[in-house]
Amino acid sequence: MATQLAPEILKSTDDSPVVNIEPSKAWVSLRLGELWEYRELVYFLTWRDIKVRYKQTVLGAAWAIIQPLFSMLIFSLFFGRLAKIPSDGIPYPLFSFAALVPWTFFANGLNQSSNSLVASANLIKKVYFPRLTIPVAAVLAGVVDFALAFIVLLGMIALYGVAPTINMLWTPLFLLLALVTSLGVGLWLSALNVQYRDVRYIVPFVTQVWMFSTPIAYPASLLSEPWRTIYGFNPMVGVVEGFRWALLGTNTAPGATIAVSSLAALVILVSGAFYFRHMEKTFADVV
Amino acid sequence: MGEVAIRVEGLGKRFSIIGKQESYKTLRDVLANAALKPLRAVKSIQGQNGNQNPGSDSIWALKNISLEIKRGEAVGLIGRNGAGKSTLLKILSRVTEPTEGRAQIRGKVGSLLEVGVGFHPELSGRENIYLNGAILGMKRAEIERSFDAIVAFAEIDKFIDTPVKHYSSGMYLRLAFAVAAHLEPEILLVDEVLAVGDAAFQKKCIGKMEEVTGAGRTVLFVSHNMAAVQALCSRGIFLHNGSVFADATASEAISTYLRTLELAVSQDLLERTDRRGSGRAKLCKVEISTGGSEPSTTLATGRPAQFAFYVTAVQPRMSCIFTIYDTFGHAVATFNSAVQAPDDLRDPSISGKVICFLDELALVPGRYRINVAISSDGQLQDHIEAAAFFEVEQGLLRGRPVIKGNGFGRVCLQHRWMLPPT
Repeated sequence: MATQLAPEILKSTDDSPVVNIEPSKAWVSLRLGELWEYRELVYFLTWRDIKVRYKQTVLGAAWAIIQPLFSMLIFSLFFGRLAKIPSDGIPYPLFSFAALVPWTFFANGLNQSSNSLVASANLIKKVYFPRLTIPVAAVLAGVVDFALAFIVLLGMIALYGVAPTINMLWTPLFLLLALVTSLGVGLWLSALNVQYRDVRYIVPFVTQVWMFSTPIAYPASLLSEPWRTIYGFNPMVGVVEGFRWALLGTNTAPGATIAVSSLAALVILVSGAFYFRHMEKTFADVV
Repeated sequence: MGEVAIRVEGLGKRFSIIGKQESYKTLRDVLANAALKPLRAVKSIQGQNGNQNPGSDSIWALKNISLEIKRGEAVGLIGRNGAGKSTLLKILSRVTEPTEGRAQIRGKVGSLLEVGVGFHPELSGRENIYLNGAILGMKRAEIERSFDAIVAFAEIDKFIDTPVKHYSSGMYLRLAFAVAAHLEPEILLVDEVLAVGDAAFQKKCIGKMEEVTGAGRTVLFVSHNMAAVQALCSRGIFLHNGSVFADATASEAISTYLRTLELAVSQDLLERTDRRGSGRAKLCKVEISTGGSEPSTTLATGRPAQFAFYVTAVQPRMSCIFTIYDTFGHAVATFNSAVQAPDDLRDPSISGKVICFLDELALVPGRYRINVAISSDGQLQDHIEAAAFFEVEQGLLRGRPVIKGNGFGRVCLQHRWMLPPT
């Protein structure tokens, strides 16, 4: 049946594209080209998430700063003052805040993206567009929050009189690493969330465990080599250590850790993207 | 002309019924299933019913659909609820994937599956135009180019910077349709948007669709409004239980559709599968008669009429809603037993049915059908389209003859004239 139809349509060529609709194979390509074609949609969805995020809140965008700031206060009080956890010779508040800013970005991105598909169920059931745009936009929208918190971090660095170094220029790279990790995990969880709403309950738990497995309240220097490098398989270790190294001048140049973290983050992202694309065909029917 | 815009070959879509009933599964169910699987395998060997039909927990919403639509054709897709019309449109717009077969589409597709998807209540009209346009696949430059036309079409220029949550439903709808209408696709897929909005807006929508078909673009139009299908489409495809039942000119397809609707009536209502609702009370029979001492199934204008609805079970706070439609699918009148009047009665002797009395039937002669919904406690129990048909003969309304087929409208109102002497 299939043999008699294809050539005839395809050969009459003008510029109108031919779309083939078929049941897809078990594993499908990522279709990144299509995602690129829909980049304006990513832009508008991101922009929507940013605009809407703090609508009808009293404090508005201040929330982006309050979250890491309060965590920092609590950490400083309990871990810094009471437990006297070492902080690589840096004032504890600054030490923890430099980690909490990228961590908050990561955790919020993870949270937003894993719920993003279910929240857009209405859209998914009615209109076609590359579904990847939804979690991508959810993570990207967090960059604005990050920027606000980052300004506060820079203020604190100045306040504590830490001299900036050229290493600061590496910060965007570490942000990218956090973004890749956040999106990678977000892709896994958002696709799973369509099938299993348990994910909603797992996410806060995962975030909490992950936070304590990341050197936010304590320094990674508590571990000795080679464990410290292996610790980098948690990509957020690379992000946090990278931020401290670039901004606070901790003398732990985290080269090996960063390499391991980047590799781990890439594996999460690529596998997440493939899993997402594999599940995509069922979204409209199941969500 | 003559070029194929849409070609569908052996298309089928299967839904698992389990997936339909519960909208999502939990991890626990999956784990429990996996744990019980070996057990069940043993059982099936013992019981020797291992060859159970795997299709028993799934249904084919579409089966073996093949059709070809040429560029510039306007095709109406008609059929009862659950016939697969919307599923076909969803597959063609790539929202969902077919289970088998394939389709090819030449040209940019725009779909109006439901207007206003992707609108965010907190964003202003302006912002939503951009957002919605992007979701529907428009480029930013395209949106900018047609921005003024969209605003003018929607008639919302004063409120363009107000969040849409403050819009009236009419404004919201107009804006949503306006964005979609300015997509300028080569192939437009439309699902029942004309069923909403006021008359002026509907007229505008029909105008826009005529413009689209006039410009040589392809339209695939799903509707229950036979008049709109007749007016807009040259060709009609009648889907029945997931297959193409008739593919002909619009008027031929419509009359085939109406004939099968009537055939369905003659069968037992309980055998009908195209129903919605939770089913604790089901409609099993509709009796339409003139009532009184000599009941007749033929009603006449100006005469009394009664509609009796038999249900399988009486539920707490049960109500009955039925709507009379003319042959074109226009709703003529709706009756709702939940809205009460002092004249309504509760009679313990008529358990299992609900009766609606009309002292004077104010319909012009012709053929009508009714859709019936039964609900209890605000929850839909049963809904059947075209549950019954009836014919209205010519008659007198307060002594004035009401004649078939002249002029407009389906309803005659009791009235009198004052004229100068002749």
